[in-house]
Amino acid sequence: MKTGKMKLFWGLLFGIIFGFLLQKGGATKYDVIINQLLLIDYTVVKIMLSAVIAGMIGLYIMQGLGWIKLRPKTGSWGKNAIGGLIFGAGFALLGYCPGTIAGAIGNGYLDALTAGLVGIIFGSGLLATAYPGLKKGVLKKGYFGNITLPQVFKVNNWVVIIPLTALIIVVFYFLERAGL
Amino acid sequence: MNWFMEVQWSPYLVGAGIGILSWFTWLISNEPIGCSTSFSRIAGMIEKLFRGAKVEEKLYYQEVNPKIDWQMMFVLGIVIGALISSLLSGDLSGQWIPSVWSINFGNNLALRLLVGFAGGILLGFGARWADGCTSGHGISGTMQLAVSSWISAICFFIGGILVVQLIFKIVM
Repeated sequence: MKTGKMKLFWGLLFGIIFGFLLQKGGATKYDVIINQLLLIDYTVVKIMLSAVIAGMIGLYIMQGLGWIKLRPKTGSWGKNAIGGLIFGAGFALLGYCPGTIAGAIGNGYLDALTAGLVGIIFGSGLLATAYPGLKKGVLKKGYFGNITLPQVFKVNNWVVIIPLTALIIVVFYFLERAGL
Repeated sequence: MNWFMEVQWSPYLVGAGIGILSWFTWLISNEPIGCSTSFSRIAGMIEKLFRGAKVEEKLYYQEVNPKIDWQMMFVLGIVIGALISSLLSGDLSGQWIPSVWSINFGNNLALRLLVGFAGGILLGFGARWADGCTSGHGISGTMQLAVSSWISAICFFIGGILVVQLIFKIVM
């Protein structure tokens, strides 16, 4: 019970830091997110890809040292591609995602606190109700399991990490040069 | 301290900070950064208020128990962290209709809330369909190089960009 409470405390603390960073980055704002989807402001993509570089290098070093064991999620085309597109449509209409809506609420955006929050909870509940049917059908379509990109290409993890890091930095360079 | 009172930090710095934060969520809590499962748990808790314990017999809630866990505290923390940040910089909003929305679609609050509600439903439904959101797949899964997460993250943006173009360019 004591470790359980301690774990909840850490969750809260990490969440506070995450929310603080999201707000400082501007990702708690409808305007910033929609301008990203309109492809006129790349703040959200810059935040996400910078997090990927820092996180990926650190996590794979720590896994190499035996400190952590990563858990890539299992997936299928029916689950990730179709679910992703439905999510994208909601992302466009609402202008927040499940994490940034929590940040938007803290940032004082009242459309997020009311319609957005109620909608997300309602949508999550709907999926729970539809789940048994989906699980037997579309969620299994094109199943590929919990594979990672290095496993797909049958190479060492760093053979993906290093070029991917370089590629992201090149993307940043061109975004900055284009003034986006 | 002045730095904490600034309205906006470099996105690269914020992103790197989030990446480093994820090292510690793994090391200390053995958890990836993620958010959307919590909304399923909340939905289950609310359903339990109306329908009682038999909600837990639902297949989905057997896999995702409707109870408070690390991630739900994390999501609560996001609200608090964003509030602290916006108070420090004087950036607390209080807006009902975001500026970009009102410039393009006007000041009809009912319209904004209706579209936001519809968007929220699709977002919650889609996130749980895909088993992750912009945090769980888009940040935590992509940095683990998971194929499921790269497909999801790319589809989030394909869907988002297409629908935004549709409502901003064609409907206008």
